[in-house]
Amino acid sequence: MRFWILVVGMAAVTYVPRLLPLVTLTERPLPPLLRRILLYIPYTALGALIIPGVWQAIPGRPEAAMAGIGAAAICSWFKGSLIVAVIAAVGVAWVVLQFIP
Amino acid sequence: MSAVTAGLKAGFPIAVGYLPVAMAFGFLSKTVAVSVVDSFLCSLLVFAGASQFMALNLWRIGVAGGEIILATLLLNLRHLLMSATVAARLESRVNRWLPLVAFGVTDETFAVAATRPEPLTVSYLLGLEGIAYSSWVGGTVLGYLLGSVLPEAIQGSMGIALYALFAAILVPQVKHSFKAAVLALSSGLINLFLSGSRLLPGGWSMVLAIIVTAIAGGLLFREETGEVRS
Repeated sequence: MRFWILVVGMAAVTYVPRLLPLVTLTERPLPPLLRRILLYIPYTALGALIIPGVWQAIPGRPEAAMAGIGAAAICSWFKGSLIVAVIAAVGVAWVVLQFIP
Repeated sequence: MSAVTAGLKAGFPIAVGYLPVAMAFGFLSKTVAVSVVDSFLCSLLVFAGASQFMALNLWRIGVAGGEIILATLLLNLRHLLMSATVAARLESRVNRWLPLVAFGVTDETFAVAATRPEPLTVSYLLGLEGIAYSSWVGGTVLGYLLGSVLPEAIQGSMGIALYALFAAILVPQVKHSFKAAVLALSSGLINLFLSGSRLLPGGWSMVLAIIVTAIAGGLLFREETGEVRS
């Protein structure tokens, strides 16, 4: 198989799950239970996106990853913007990588 | 501020987080002998970081294309849930740009959009997704052509950027809603358990953790208070 054929196949199977809900959920109001479930998905998705992946965000250096994400959490707790939190996390992780062997 | 501008602004941190990851993807494509056009096409048409990296690794060790495509499908099933959440929060669900909006739903654009307090509009989403997408595609080509321009320590520390983004989106929610904290933590722990146990093929554990916890929340938390807020 050529790589570009693989790409086209991957594009198709990636696009369909993204497209289906947006074109099938019509203007009808959703049933309350489904509405609540969809309301909670942002929280449950964020939890599953972070745990356990963050542990290996910086290969071989989980302590640097923990320090970084901790910095981001503290920044956003004190109403820092997203970009400030991201930069703080990278900065703290860099400091740990640089100065703690 | 127009809705598109608001979207572009909201998407800026994503673009910053995507750039080094996309550059790493471009660079890695080069090292496994994928052409610059193929690498560019992959980011242009697939726009899904985790599965693009997985595909490169499987391609490198000679796994059949069909298997890679199947693995990609499993890995990206979670977007079904994310897209549905975005759809439910749209101001109006009749718009000819929806197919384009759907293309731009990623973990990161979803996380920013779904936690926005106001109802979502198509213009906002196109701005949000557009800037993230540009960074992803541009970064891929840049990484391919420039190679690893960043020193190793900086590159390593950039690995935390997208997780930092997720945490920074989640923390204000958790601060205002105990329910959000319980749901996020439970989902993370279920994912940890499922992925650690290796009972399921890759991709399934995250989908299951997200949906099972959300359903449990929907059944247990009856009242409608504590909605998504900033």
